[in-house]
Amino acid sequence: MSVRNLRILFPTRDGSDTVKAVDDIDFDVFQGETLGIIGESGSGKTTLGRALVSLIKPSEGQVLHQGRDPATLGRAEFRRHRRDYQIVFQDPNAALNPRMTILDSVIEPAEVLKEGNDASRRKAGLAVLSRVGLPREFADRYSHQLSGGQKQRVNIARVLMLRPKVIVCDEVVAALDVSIRGDVLNLFADLQREFGLTYVFITHDISVVSHISDRIAVTYLGKLMELGSAEDIIERPLHPYTQALLSAEPLPLPSAMRTARRIVLEGEIPSPISPPSGCRFRTRCPVAQPRCADDVPAWRELKPGHWVACHFSTADGPPSNDAIPQHDSKQGGLR
Amino acid sequence: MAAASTSFQSAPTQTNAHRTSSASTDALLDVRALSLAFQTSEGELPIIREVSFSVAPGERVGIVGESGCGKTVTGLSLLRLLPEQTARLSGQILFEGRDLATLSARQMRAVRGRDMAMIFQEPMSALDPVFTVGEQIGEAYRAHFPVDRKEARQRAIAALAEVGIPAPERRCDEYPHQLSGGMRQRVMIAMALICQPKLLIADEPTTALDVTVQSQITDLLRTLSERTGTALLFITHDLGVVAETCTRMITMYAGEVVEDAPVDDVLMKPRHPYTSGLLRSLPSLSARRSVLPSIPGRVPSPNAMPAGCRFAPRCSYAAESCQVRQTLVALGPQHAVQCCRAAEISLPGAVN
Repeated sequence: MSVRNLRILFPTRDGSDTVKAVDDIDFDVFQGETLGIIGESGSGKTTLGRALVSLIKPSEGQVLHQGRDPATLGRAEFRRHRRDYQIVFQDPNAALNPRMTILDSVIEPAEVLKEGNDASRRKAGLAVLSRVGLPREFADRYSHQLSGGQKQRVNIARVLMLRPKVIVCDEVVAALDVSIRGDVLNLFADLQREFGLTYVFITHDISVVSHISDRIAVTYLGKLMELGSAEDIIERPLHPYTQALLSAEPLPLPSAMRTARRIVLEGEIPSPISPPSGCRFRTRCPVAQPRCADDVPAWRELKPGHWVACHFSTADGPPSNDAIPQHDSKQGGLR
Repeated sequence: MAAASTSFQSAPTQTNAHRTSSASTDALLDVRALSLAFQTSEGELPIIREVSFSVAPGERVGIVGESGCGKTVTGLSLLRLLPEQTARLSGQILFEGRDLATLSARQMRAVRGRDMAMIFQEPMSALDPVFTVGEQIGEAYRAHFPVDRKEARQRAIAALAEVGIPAPERRCDEYPHQLSGGMRQRVMIAMALICQPKLLIADEPTTALDVTVQSQITDLLRTLSERTGTALLFITHDLGVVAETCTRMITMYAGEVVEDAPVDDVLMKPRHPYTSGLLRSLPSLSARRSVLPSIPGRVPSPNAMPAGCRFAPRCSYAAESCQVRQTLVALGPQHAVQCCRAAEISLPGAVN
């Protein structure tokens, strides 16, 4: 998939203004990889995910699926095309019809596409249910009889039914307890190996995204701040926002083992209706300079495959580390 | 009343000695064998069973566990916020030596918000949309102290400033919908702390917030607790937040306390298989792209509790001895665990 100068604008309720949910974004998703997208709420990551699978039309720019722009396809062709590009949503409850049995929910997508007959669809549905680790007896149950983790497995089964090439996962484990999160993430990894799937994993959970991604994109107020390999982004971030975001992640480590210094960002993400001029992050950036208010930072490739939108970042790191007001993150234990 | 220049006067520095759940006379809060059952049409449904723990003055204690383990109802029952008609409480809630479980509704109202306050996960639903935040914070103060509106407002402004809200004089007259999620949670904290309570119960206060705002709020709770000597009971499912905020961690499973230990000890060397399982399932502790450990199964429902150890059906260490009911046993002066095999098994923690 290729995203080219993508811009998605929504009018505000009274129509007097526009919300720039996604504002001029460019990146590629490579076949068979997992691209993680992290950002705070309001950074446009869900809108971006929906645009990737043609649930939202771009206001400007394009989302290309293997070089083709789905917006140019005819109705019937578009319908056949989009089965390859699926999405799994955050809330496993809301995504299932409470009046349908699990098996009916799973085979519904194939019915819509008029694939096979009743018997073959049923057989395929039972096969994918067993593939996502749900026992046979679940097929005739209703969604309220299942736990959150099991419901999310049903949603994955529904999508697998169509044998897609790309799955966009929008906060798929956010609603699950940490004890079962691992199982669902392991399932995603197994399915990727088995079917050669490409994933775009949208989440605000840094530990999840760093665990499963090959590459990570960092969004802020509708813009990409940084994009690179998962190792580079997590171990050697080049953008001050990425650096602050990573340092805010609470780590379950005893106080003696904490070495990381926390960078506390002031305030919260500004409104996407009137984002700050120049660099969008400048209002919260600990190293902002006068220039940041005037010029929009260019999207620069500072290292092979590692892109950054900051005037002052270099291949060696984010701008002037020493100037960033840091303080030792105070530990839980008093000693 | 003194002038409202400082809202939360600093209390003498408290010693944060760790304590186990064994009864200690100098504890601020001492919960003894607290059980809770809900009356339903099909009879009594036991929710928490003989929960015992204590909180020392100024101490910060985290309660962790999966959803459905009884963390939230434990917090609500301490303040007796559960419906009296259907919630049956037994056991003792000793707060400064006084048993809250036996107080009349009127006596309890004098404790709530004054000596013990609570903040919740979703600040928007806890705030009244038709009153300004200043009125709501001031009301919390006026409920306990005989001051006029003018002074209550001054105190509310000072409280807003204390929790780091810029331009508190202006924000004081705004309505909840005009504030962001992080600001609303700060308002809740200001309201909870305006009477300088001795204990603040925080139920998942950062779960609805972004990680950068979460770190602001946990930092704020920790520094306020250190400065004012307010003890903190922090209910959360996020072990990272507990590690950064608290000094002691209580693990709850299926309505029981299964482990109670200083945070640093339990992260290094958990003694209950459930605590260990929770720690190991955190993605940040596994090598990138490796298979993540998880805990099989789910929390049993209250009407289908296993007879012996409640965790045994999900536990890879379960043995014959786990078929009988388990009790919380002290392993050391500060570490208690409810597992008969604790002495013989060695469990992985956050660091190996």
